[in-house]
Amino acid sequence: MSLLIGAITIGLILALLALGIFISFRIFNFADITAEGSLTLGASISAAMIVAGFNPLLATLVALAGGFIAGALTGIIHTKFEINGLLSGILVMTALYSINLHVMGKSNVPLMSESTVITYFEDLAKWVMPGTETISLLGNSIPAKDIVILASVFVIVSIFGALLYAFFKSNFGTAMRATGNNQQMIRAQGVNTKTMIILGLAVSNALIALSGAILAQFQGFADVQMGIGMLVWGLASVIIGEALINDKSLGFLITGAIFGSVIFRLLVAVALRIGMNPNDLKLITALFVFIALVLPKILKKNRMKGIEIK
Amino acid sequence: MIEIQNINKTFNPGTVNEVKALCDVTCTIDEGSFVVLLGTNGSGKSTLLNAVAGNFLPDSGKITLDAIDITRMPEHKRAKYIGRVFQNPFSGTAPDMSIAENITLAAKRGLHRSLGWALPKTAIEEFREKVRPLNMGLEDRLDSPIGKLSGGQRQALTLLMATWLKPKLLLLDEHTAALDPKTASKVIQLTKEVVEKEKLTTMMVTHSMQQAVNLGDRILMLHNGRIVYEFNGQEKQRLKSNDLLALFDQIRRKDQIDATTADMIGHLYI
Repeated sequence: MSLLIGAITIGLILALLALGIFISFRIFNFADITAEGSLTLGASISAAMIVAGFNPLLATLVALAGGFIAGALTGIIHTKFEINGLLSGILVMTALYSINLHVMGKSNVPLMSESTVITYFEDLAKWVMPGTETISLLGNSIPAKDIVILASVFVIVSIFGALLYAFFKSNFGTAMRATGNNQQMIRAQGVNTKTMIILGLAVSNALIALSGAILAQFQGFADVQMGIGMLVWGLASVIIGEALINDKSLGFLITGAIFGSVIFRLLVAVALRIGMNPNDLKLITALFVFIALVLPKILKKNRMKGIEIK
Repeated sequence: MIEIQNINKTFNPGTVNEVKALCDVTCTIDEGSFVVLLGTNGSGKSTLLNAVAGNFLPDSGKITLDAIDITRMPEHKRAKYIGRVFQNPFSGTAPDMSIAENITLAAKRGLHRSLGWALPKTAIEEFREKVRPLNMGLEDRLDSPIGKLSGGQRQALTLLMATWLKPKLLLLDEHTAALDPKTASKVIQLTKEVVEKEKLTTMMVTHSMQQAVNLGDRILMLHNGRIVYEFNGQEKQRLKSNDLLALFDQIRRKDQIDATTADMIGHLYI
């Protein structure tokens, strides 16, 4: 049960990553691999600052800003220098690998003995439920602090989800969505599409870096390798969310991405529990995303041939 | 008033695909004038329209719109002054977004876009009233994505969007070419109405002699990147589509003679 709570918490933390991937993949129609660098960037900035004695909240915010800059850089390389989006992402991701090593000074920074944002949540648990060490849930006793951490992370993710929704429903955000949908159209309406792409990728990677910062504090370390495979991970979350909710409106897509991330993490936890080799995890994730991307096309083709698949 | 002065544009210069799309094009279009641009394929009529819209920058020359020099202004900045309808019905709208969202994007053409709610209830009512006169039943479908509409419905909406805020200049690039004849005539009717009502300065590219004869107060005929014929006022009103067809024939024949002559000279002297 405790394992389950942990899986849901990590799923929620990575929901911020899924929201970032949702912006690049679904709004701008390209898989921005900067994610793999900016997730680690968020983790390493927050870890390095916390170890150096800064306030963990400040460290997390600086991590968010770092992701914003990384995303903006990819956007600038893509739009101003007219380099293919995927390649722009690869350039920034590769550069970030060195930057992350410099930020941390080594390849792994432990945070176990440090005061982090997660420590705040634990303090919150002591304050909300004084004296209660464990809570009984469905016949299992679970540490109270785990529940409070889960709830706190849920609140944070909900706030960012709601903010993102409000942003994309604003005049500015609507123009940003149109940029991903039809650049010619929105230029004719007086919108600088380059600025929109730069800002959109910046916001996307800010969310991803935030995800990385919280993840590092939750698991108790930042590692220079932790971003590897995270783009595909985020894609899987977004795709699961879409399949699950089957409604293309913005609110549902954002909610879907969040729940998709949680469900994907749960699936992985279950698979590992029943004995899947952890080394196969990324292979299976990649296969899963491949199938999810190809399946709709095959279904469509068969429908055109007149075969009904129910 | 729009002034186009000595505009030149060569695509792919210095390669085998070099095309002199515009050669020293000069013309002045008065405020409220409706100009029809005619010409064969590759004559430069669409290129001229795109030069004004800012799809590319000309090699030389100057374009001013109401005394504002827009020659080097990027496309999205001059959009503030210019309303556009494209040949392809897919170009003028964002297909995955709703009719209302598309309209709200156009209702802020060239203006500041805030972080305020894009679609307040009051706006929806206004949109509904303005869409109703199109007589396409779209006022009840403001929430459905534009991609689900027919080409004609999309062009009618794009026209409405292009003129939502009165533009200094309306650019129509063969905006009925992709439509069936019946839908095309409806879109043309809507075009006529809005241009007359708002007294819009308009440039329209067309392949249809009928449209050229029936619409506008001036015809410019382009060939090989130059304006070769021009009809104004009374002369334009008297013009029949047969006259225009005859002119096209004449241009084509002249081209053929040029080619054969070149060939003959080649044989004689080389």
